[in-house]
Amino acid sequence: MSRLRIALAEDGVLLREGLAGLLERFGHEVVASVGDGAALVAAVAEHEPGIVVVDVRMPPGFTDEGLRAALALRAAYPGLAVLVLSQYVEQTYAAELLDSGGGTGIGYLLKDRIGDVREFVAAVERVAEGHTVVDPEVVRQLLNSRRRPLARLTPREREVLGLVAEGRSNAAIARALVVTEAAVAKHIAGILTKLDLPPAADDHRRVLAVLAYLRGRPGGPEAERPHRR
Amino acid sequence: MLARTALAAITRSPAAFLRSSWPWRSLAYLLCSAVHAVAACMVIYAAYAYGAGLATFAALLAVAVLTPPAAAFERWRLRLVDRAPAGDPHLKPPRPGPRAWLATRLREQVTWRELGFTVVAVSVLWLMDIGLVSSALWLPLLLMSAPFQPGMRPLDGLPLFAVGLLMFPLFAYLAAAWAGTRALLTRAVLAPGDAEIIRSRARLVDAFEAERRRIERDLHDGAQQRLVSLSMKLGLARLDLPPGSPAEAQLAEAHEEAKRALAELRELIRGVHPQVLTDRGLGAAVREVAGRSPVPVDVDVALPGRLPPSIEATAYYVVSEAMANIAKHSRARRGFVYGRLQDGALVVEIGDDGVGGADPAGGSGLAGLADRVAVTDGEMTLSSPPGGPTTLRVEIPCPVSE
Repeated sequence: MSRLRIALAEDGVLLREGLAGLLERFGHEVVASVGDGAALVAAVAEHEPGIVVVDVRMPPGFTDEGLRAALALRAAYPGLAVLVLSQYVEQTYAAELLDSGGGTGIGYLLKDRIGDVREFVAAVERVAEGHTVVDPEVVRQLLNSRRRPLARLTPREREVLGLVAEGRSNAAIARALVVTEAAVAKHIAGILTKLDLPPAADDHRRVLAVLAYLRGRPGGPEAERPHRR
Repeated sequence: MLARTALAAITRSPAAFLRSSWPWRSLAYLLCSAVHAVAACMVIYAAYAYGAGLATFAALLAVAVLTPPAAAFERWRLRLVDRAPAGDPHLKPPRPGPRAWLATRLREQVTWRELGFTVVAVSVLWLMDIGLVSSALWLPLLLMSAPFQPGMRPLDGLPLFAVGLLMFPLFAYLAAAWAGTRALLTRAVLAPGDAEIIRSRARLVDAFEAERRRIERDLHDGAQQRLVSLSMKLGLARLDLPPGSPAEAQLAEAHEEAKRALAELRELIRGVHPQVLTDRGLGAAVREVAGRSPVPVDVDVALPGRLPPSIEATAYYVVSEAMANIAKHSRARRGFVYGRLQDGALVVEIGDDGVGGADPAGGSGLAGLADRVAVTDGEMTLSSPPGGPTTLRVEIPCPVSE
């Protein structure tokens, strides 16, 4: 992985310093480290980072300023990778992020995941490459959404589907389940058939198709504009 | 349906008022004075039959004896036109037995107020009540019968018919206005103070809600952040130790422990006050709860914007509690949540196709919910026959411009 240029926005000083140290330890460069959404927008304009890592809740209102800043940045800089961190997973936020910029180069993770440092840094790198990374907790809730064809999947296939939806590569899924990559590919082909999803050669399009399916949007993120109130 | 009193109902739009149950409730309230009418007629008859002196003596005796039940009856009938409860203001006698009871009652100011009110009710108020009810019903009908009266050509009678028709809504307002005024008088004399208690409870609930939000903020900014930081440091420390070494194993255990604590804290904070409710309002928060429910739930909530925080919070807790009940007790295959703003009230319905038989007295948290809803001047109704289906309906008056 080449050296990433990262802009960091987190209002808790303790955590912000820690995160910066963590990312630098893995050989990445933190070009800006700020404490609120407005400062983040300014920092992105100044430093043009490769990826933005941002906390949902920040000053001044301590509601979802970070998320709003992330969505504004996605609109202003198409293709800017954004990883959003949150203390809670909320389907609403996940949906708003996945609906921005076609859902590529987006990540939404619980802050808890920072503790698994290797996996966390890997997630940052995948998002920077343009992949989609979704927290397992979000995926668990989506899988819970009992759309009928899901019942046709075997428990193993559901497990694989969950890992695909989280944005993991075939190799990573194979490692997680301790099977060969060929076996994973076979499972995935079976799942796509059962769910009537087109086979996709590219990992990345497949993630988007699966997420769109789980969120109940048959056409995928590009086919439908996000609902705005 | 949702004003607290008949007087408050009058101030709503004519269409809403006339379609509501308030005119009928007001008529029923006034019709209760038929009891007083019968009593008064008996006194008048006695005066003719046995002489005025004896009749007056008997009437005074009857009033003295019947005052406690008469006052209780007045407080009972208040609920027809005033949703706030009217409690019994009497003290409990210090000892059991009729002597202690009588001594307590005679020393209480409210007893004498009840006596005075009963005298006024039997001598004057019933005339007005019954007079209004009978004119409200008969006058319009009499006018409307004009085209069919002998000696009148149908065409000449038509204007009178129209006037009679128009009198129905007029009398609906009149009946509600008098019933509401009479209820105010009754409450002031027979159950003072109850309305103020309700207002102060509403203030208390608002204060609790603010406090919950503050606690959530504090936990989020403090403990949660420190735990994330701790978990990250432990994760980093693990990288520096050779995998499989005893120290690494110990550290791994500590790391898992920290992550578990973080997950537990997250659930705890969500219970205190969900972030998405503050950020995105009731609709998003309800969809979030439904997404976590093990029973499939169809959500149809469409609200024009944000509602006052205390109303959003109350509705949210009702929905979460109801969903928890569905998951725990209903054995349902499917549930639904419906939410709309209708006629100046937030209407929320939660239902399932389960076994039914939910009982508010069964300690399922339903009674607590009803209390909470009542504080917002709202109303909660539960339909859950054995065998199902179960529907919980909540209506909360909601001052949102439409």
